Order: sequence, then C-alpha cells, then structure tokens
Amino acid sequence: MLLTFDTATPLVTVALHDGDEVVRELVSELPMRHGEQLAPLVDTALREQGLVRQDLTAIGVGVGPGPFTGLRVGLVTARTLAYALEIPVYGVCTLDVLAVEAADSGAVAGPFAVATDARRKEVYLATYDADGVRLDGPVVDRPAELAAGLAAGLPVVGEGAVLYPEAFPDAVGPTRPSAGWLARVIAEERAELRDPEPLYLRRPDAVAPGTPKKVS
Amino acid sequence: MTVTDEPLVLGIETSCDETGVGIVRGHTLLADAVASSVEEHARFGGVVPEVASRAHLEAMVPTVERACDTAGIALRDVDAIAVTSGPGLAGALLVGVAAAKALAIGLGKPLYGVNHLAAHVAVDQLEHGALPDPCLALLVSGGHSSLLRVGDVTGDVTPLGATIDDAAGEAFDKVARLLGLPFPGGPHIDRAAASGSSVSIDFPRGLTSRRDLERHRFDFSFSGLKTAVARWVEAREAAGEPVPVADVAASFQEAVCDVLVRKALDAAASEGIDHLLIGGGVAANSRLRAMAEQRAGDLGIRVRVPRPGLCTDNGAMVAALGSEMVRRGRPASGLDIPADSSLPVTDVLV
Ligand SMILES: [Zn+2]
Repeated sequence: MLLTFDTATPLVTVALHDGDEVVRELVSELPMRHGEQLAPLVDTALREQGLVRQDLTAIGVGVGPGPFTGLRVGLVTARTLAYALEIPVYGVCTLDVLAVEAADSGAVAGPFAVATDARRKEVYLATYDADGVRLDGPVVDRPAELAAGLAAGLPVVGEGAVLYPEAFPDAVGPTRPSAGWLARVIAEERAELRDPEPLYLRRPDAVAPGTPKKVS
Repeated sequence: MTVTDEPLVLGIETSCDETGVGIVRGHTLLADAVASSVEEHARFGGVVPEVASRAHLEAMVPTVERACDTAGIALRDVDAIAVTSGPGLAGALLVGVAAAKALAIGLGKPLYGVNHLAAHVAVDQLEHGALPDPCLALLVSGGHSSLLRVGDVTGDVTPLGATIDDAAGEAFDKVARLLGLPFPGGPHIDRAAASGSSVSIDFPRGLTSRRDLERHRFDFSFSGLKTAVARWVEAREAAGEPVPVADVAASFQEAVCDVLVRKALDAAASEGIDHLLIGGGVAANSRLRAMAEQRAGDLGIRVRVPRPGLCTDNGAMVAALGSEMVRRGRPASGLDIPADSSLPVTDVLV
C-alpha cells in the first residue's frame, strides 16, 4: 500500500494506492494548517480503509516547489515515517503531478505549462510536452516575466494561471495537485522519482548585519 | 522496580537552532544527540528562522538515528514520543512537531507535546534525581528569562516574572557584537571576563529601583544595560581610547548575573522555597553559577544546575519531561496539536 501526500499548496492532500488504483483520497478543509492536519489525515485514511501502519510499503511526497513552511511539514513527515516503518520514500515535483493529471484527463491536447502560486506576486512554472513530461523548469519569477518566455496561446495549468489572468490568459485544467494523482504518478512511474529533498528555488531571506547602530 | 521496567521515551526539540533528539529510561539518560546550525547563523549575528528550519529538516532523521545508536536501542522499542510544541520559532517548532507525529504514527506509540520551559526544568532530574516540590526555577537563555514556581513539572508551573524586553542571552550576544566578539556571545563574554575587573564599570541593574520593584519585582530588563554598554564603548572610541574588552565584559556580566541572582533569591524567599534550579544556555555562565551558589548558600537555599550540555536546548530535556508525563499517567496529546510559538508556560502539556 502506497501512502502519498502533498503540502506544497495551501491545502493538505493525502491518498492511499493499493498498486492498482487509488483507494482513498482526503483533502484538508482549512488552508495553511499543514502541521495540524497532515498527521490526522494520514491516520484517518488508514483507519477508514481498515489498514494498519504495517500495511504501508512505500511513501510518496510532493517536494514542491511551494511555500516553505508547509513543504517542510510534508517532507519531514515523509522521511520520518518512512524511517520508522523502514520503507522507501519517493519525492515527485509537485508541478509534475498537475501536469500528468492535465495530460491524462484531456484538459490539454498539446504542450503546456504548469504554474502554481509562489506568493510575493510570483509563480513557480515549468513546461511540459503533450504527455505531461517536463521539458523545462521549475523556476520562480513574476508572472509577466515568465509569460514572456512562453509561446503565445500555450495553455497554462494550475492556480498560478488562475491568479494572474493578465499574464496567463489561457488557464485550463486542475488548479491544485492531488495526492491521488501523485500516487498514480509514482505507481506508474510517470515522472522523475527524486529524493525527498525540498525544491525551495529561493534562498533564505537573511542579511548579514553591518556595524552596530550608534545609540548616542 | 528494575530500570528496564521504566518507559523508554524519545524526545525531540527544535524550538530554535538546535535539532535535539534525546532518549531516556525513567530518570536515566541514554542518549542526547544534537545537531546545531549555529555556524550557519554566526555570520548573521543571530538565529535566522528560515535557515534554522531548513537545517532541522535535514538533521531530523540522522539525529534520531544517532540517538538510537548511542542509546543502543532499536527505534521500535521506544514507548512514547515527546516533542517541544512551544514556545519558540514557529517554523522551527513545526518541523519537530511534524517529525514527532510521524514517529507516533509509524511506531504506533503515544505522543506528548510539551512546553520547552518546563522541559528545561525537568532535565535536571536526569542529573540530580527527583525534583523538590516546590522548587524555584530561573531559566535564562537567548530566548527566555523567566522565574517560575514549579510544584509539579507535569502540570503545576506558575510564572513569577520574565523579561520585559531582551532575553539575558540576547544581551550577551549584542554586547559581544559591540566588543567584536563572535556569536553566540555567552561563552566569549565569559572567557573575556575572566581576565577583567567586574567592578571597574558600574553598569545599571535593570528593574531594581524601588519604584520598579513595586510593579516588576520579579521581572527583568536588559535593554537599558545593553544601551549603557554601547554608550560607554562609543564614548571610549570617540575619545580615541582603546576599549578594555575584558573589563567591559566582566562588568557587564556582573550586572546581568547580579540582577538574575538577586531576583531569583528574592522570589525564593518570598515563596518560602529552599531550592533554586537554574537552566537555559546562560546557566552555563561560570559567574552566574558561582554567584548563585555563594549567595544562596548564605541564605540556606540549595542550588541545582544541570551540567552545561543539558542547560542548552537539547532533546534529553524533552524526553525527561515526556518520561515524567508517562510516569504520572498524563493523557497523551492528539495528532492535531499545533506548534505554538507563544505557548504559555502554564500549558505544560498540549
Ligand atoms: Zn531553551
């Protein structure tokens, strides 16, 4: 039984995949409560399926890019849970999950881009072929800057497109990644399986201090 | 009861820049693994929350592994997981709390979200045995300066006083920077002060005037002291005179310790408590320990200070408090507990 979750967007999404199909999928109700909601959702998913922790054989986690605080909740949970259960853990770029869903659900018919909300008036963006295989990215920048680099009329999937219609007028398909699709991506090896390392794409905001301020 | 009958508790601490994982059995310390990101913060002159949070994520599993190796146990043998749920840096706490929940799910064991300040008190049980009831705790570090009355460390903790501005350790860091000493400032000030005169400069003792004592009898203030040191150093520099680093360090340290010890002993006397426990990173300061022991001895008050490695933030202190929660049959925490950056000290168990 594969357990997957993604915390790279405001909502937490959790799924169980039995090797053939997704058997359970849960999404949190409140945004920005990753730390409080992820563990209970995992616990609930297992219990409602009549499963115990020893039934889990692998863990899959969205590695972002996404807001750092939530991202870390998912990654530390995945790594620690996998360590405790002595099972493997796979990371998948969160944008790849949206891309595979968009391609498989027929939301796009040719090449496209995926954009998610990076806050600070920026988006994370990557480009994909018609099958949802990543061609370039992910990168982070202002919507207008990134849109200028895209072919005119290229469909853009994800919340980043919905939030910035002026830059991305051709918004289509799913807006947020789902753990169910993350599970399918891993089970069917539809995207690069990576180490569970966060894709921050930004350095920490920190500046070295100058000389101490005068007080008199 | 043989030693092996006591619960094996693993504690996780990530409230600031140390990723700590401790393992205890009852009052026996088996492992205290700490990974510190302090060197990454040194060039910023203070802890950068995002840098600390990133370091916690990277250090978590390796530190748990190291603690188990040191303790000579298998992770699955652990009976309970304890974690600091606050107070501290929000993003840093969150990494530890999420990891603890993952262990609780992965091992099928109870979770105890505990208060960082109470853990600083509980850790002394690992060295000096059961805590006296009641005891007075003086907790001083870069993040806190508190006086607490502790009846039962698992549920009866009353704040008597706290800093109204900077924490004591913060003052050490800031004065160290003024004197051109590295971060963190505590050990460097302590070392520099050893060759200086503690009476050469009369720095102010915050909140000790008669008027302040009416409203802030057991509270601390270190920001005025820090400013006074800055003014004194600037005046020297402006006059083109060399700054006597050792004397400034010694006189500053004397002023901090004097206020801490004076107020702690006043609180003990006023509460009728004859045990003073000192914890937190500043408890490693040699002058603070010496002064507390000398003045408390004159009053018949016993001083307990854990060894320096257990005074600074670590996982053993969290495991020690978790162990006490298990021993006293306290109810386990839910998997939905938050990381609370401003958790009040009265909330010992979340
Ligand atoms: Zn502390």
